[in-house]
Amino acid sequence: MAKKRTPRPKIAAPSRRRVTPLRGRAPRAEQALDIHRCEQFVQHEARLLDEAKFDDWLALFTLDGWYWVPSEPDQANPHDTVSLMYDDRRLLETRIRRLASPRMYSQEPRSRTSRMVGNVTIEDSEGRAATIRSKFIMIEYRRDQQRLFTGTAWHRLVQIDGGIRIAWKRVDLVNCDAALDGLTQPF
Amino acid sequence: MSKDFSRFLKPGRVHRQIYTDPAIFELEMTNIFGGAWVFIGHESQIKKPGDYFATQMGRRPILMVRDEEGRVRVIHNQCAHRGAMVVATDKGNAPEFTCCYHGWTYHLDGRIKGVPLNHGYPADFDAKNPKVAMNPVKRVKSYRGFVFATEAADGPDLEESLGYMTTSFDDLLDRAPDGEIEVAGGVFKHGYDANWKVYFENLCDAAHPLFVHRSSIEASQAQSDDAHSDGTGEIAVRQMRQNGAPYSFWESQVGIWTYPNGHSYLGDYHDDSKLVAALKDPVFREYIAALEKKKGKEETKRILEVRRWNSNVYPNVSLMSQFQQLRVVHPISVNRTVVYTYNFKLKGAPEQMFRNTVAFANIVNGTGSLVLTDDLEIYNRIDMGLSSDGAEWLQIGRGYQSDQPEAHGGRKGVNSTSEVYIRNMLDAWVGYMNGGHGQGGALAKAAS
Ligand code: FES
Ligand SMILES: [Fe+2]
Repeated sequence: MAKKRTPRPKIAAPSRRRVTPLRGRAPRAEQALDIHRCEQFVQHEARLLDEAKFDDWLALFTLDGWYWVPSEPDQANPHDTVSLMYDDRRLLETRIRRLASPRMYSQEPRSRTSRMVGNVTIEDSEGRAATIRSKFIMIEYRRDQQRLFTGTAWHRLVQIDGGIRIAWKRVDLVNCDAALDGLTQPF
Repeated sequence: MSKDFSRFLKPGRVHRQIYTDPAIFELEMTNIFGGAWVFIGHESQIKKPGDYFATQMGRRPILMVRDEEGRVRVIHNQCAHRGAMVVATDKGNAPEFTCCYHGWTYHLDGRIKGVPLNHGYPADFDAKNPKVAMNPVKRVKSYRGFVFATEAADGPDLEESLGYMTTSFDDLLDRAPDGEIEVAGGVFKHGYDANWKVYFENLCDAAHPLFVHRSSIEASQAQSDDAHSDGTGEIAVRQMRQNGAPYSFWESQVGIWTYPNGHSYLGDYHDDSKLVAALKDPVFREYIAALEKKKGKEETKRILEVRRWNSNVYPNVSLMSQFQQLRVVHPISVNRTVVYTYNFKLKGAPEQMFRNTVAFANIVNGTGSLVLTDDLEIYNRIDMGLSSDGAEWLQIGRGYQSDQPEAHGGRKGVNSTSEVYIRNMLDAWVGYMNGGHGQGGALAKAAS
């Protein structure tokens, strides 16, 4: 039986609180963004997404950060060609707020996801900031169906106030230009 | 199967079987996707001789191609030898087509160019016989750059079949300061597990946004405007908020118009002057100035006062002229459909206008958007529900008694939540399925 619903569900606003610290001791800001910290970061991010802690995931982004899933391989920019997802901060907040809604019918029932992240490399780094590349496999399960997504993720990481934040994230799905059923889960 | 398909309709009701029966689907592929004028593509997708665009006409793989003389051809993407699909890429440019199996080659219009090993065939085999070809679709016609084709050798001409709906294409073109448009910005391909008809039956459904899109309405309404934005999605956020207009808005301010052969549009919905905030948005102001310069103040005013939301051109294309988008429905099987969504550039409009079009598509009509995803879920649920004979006859009767005749041979809902446009499409459906054209279905019978 469906749960009794209030007529106008209140959707919690995504918090603007600071980035959730990584497990263990928070690294000091002046430390270099070495491969170990970058790996730790993407594992942490994947865990937040798999546990549907979207609010905490949003908090990983800088206040002017953006998130992009192109619709074409090698897509040059998100402005002249459509994207599977392209959110500036304002749209990302809207997306995350919607994910919290009990009236999001495409998430009734909710998806469950499981991600593997690996092959992390630092593409360029200026000590306190770095662009990293990683590979992921994400399985989405919902209503007796399992979908498999895989591809390459690019993160621009910056250190702010002793924590690491995402200045931008680009996710290149290997099947970005395929005919896909609706996508509700951030990658 | 008994011949008269009007048996699936009753006043204000339709039988669920037409969405689930594979035999009915097979006949639709012949009678509707073969018998009606089916939208293929836009001429701007094939600019130079040799340019081709591979698509589907129902389930048939076909090519829209520009031949050496610059004429637009629509041919079956199938080899005359053993039937292999010849072109396997979405688009490109080629001087000729070569089949990968035994190397038969074809001119751009589909005629045979060469047959290797052209000996040993029966005496009556003649590679020059025009019937041995990548066969052209029987009739091809374009309306102001929008290419349609039909396998029906005779029957109404394209313009006759479009009727008053030509004005929706005019509206899209009128909005371009230079009077020209161009397909640009890539394509969204999205799929769902249900019948193709439910997609069309949702596009002008003004009763659903407030309910189905509640999560995006509330999320956008609660979204503070001062979060950082690069300008992306400004219009889309407003649109999501607008979806939350109360039923009284849909009942008193929006309208639904229908025309013969299954066409319809939802009108008076998105008011540019209010929602795009024409006076405050510098891009829109720049656009209006460009329009006025080319077309004059009076004409610009007239153009912007045409306020059509979705225009459904039966059976497979829906046009959104205000945001320069176009959706093409490709039935895959009785319960699987893929929809392609394209955007248009208005030539002579500021570059940022097109970027707004792209942003709108991403947020509202995209595969990972905040709006369309809930529609896709509804289609899936319709299919899951329709497998049950608990409700055999579905209700499509809202507005049945209050619909009014419309000046151009159609019917108009007394307000936008009338299901008149679903009844109108099903009327055309009966007409085609009975082996005729889009008219003469159940509604016409009831009216006579
Ligand atoms: S099937 Fe095309 S050449 Fe033989
Ligand atoms: Fe919708």
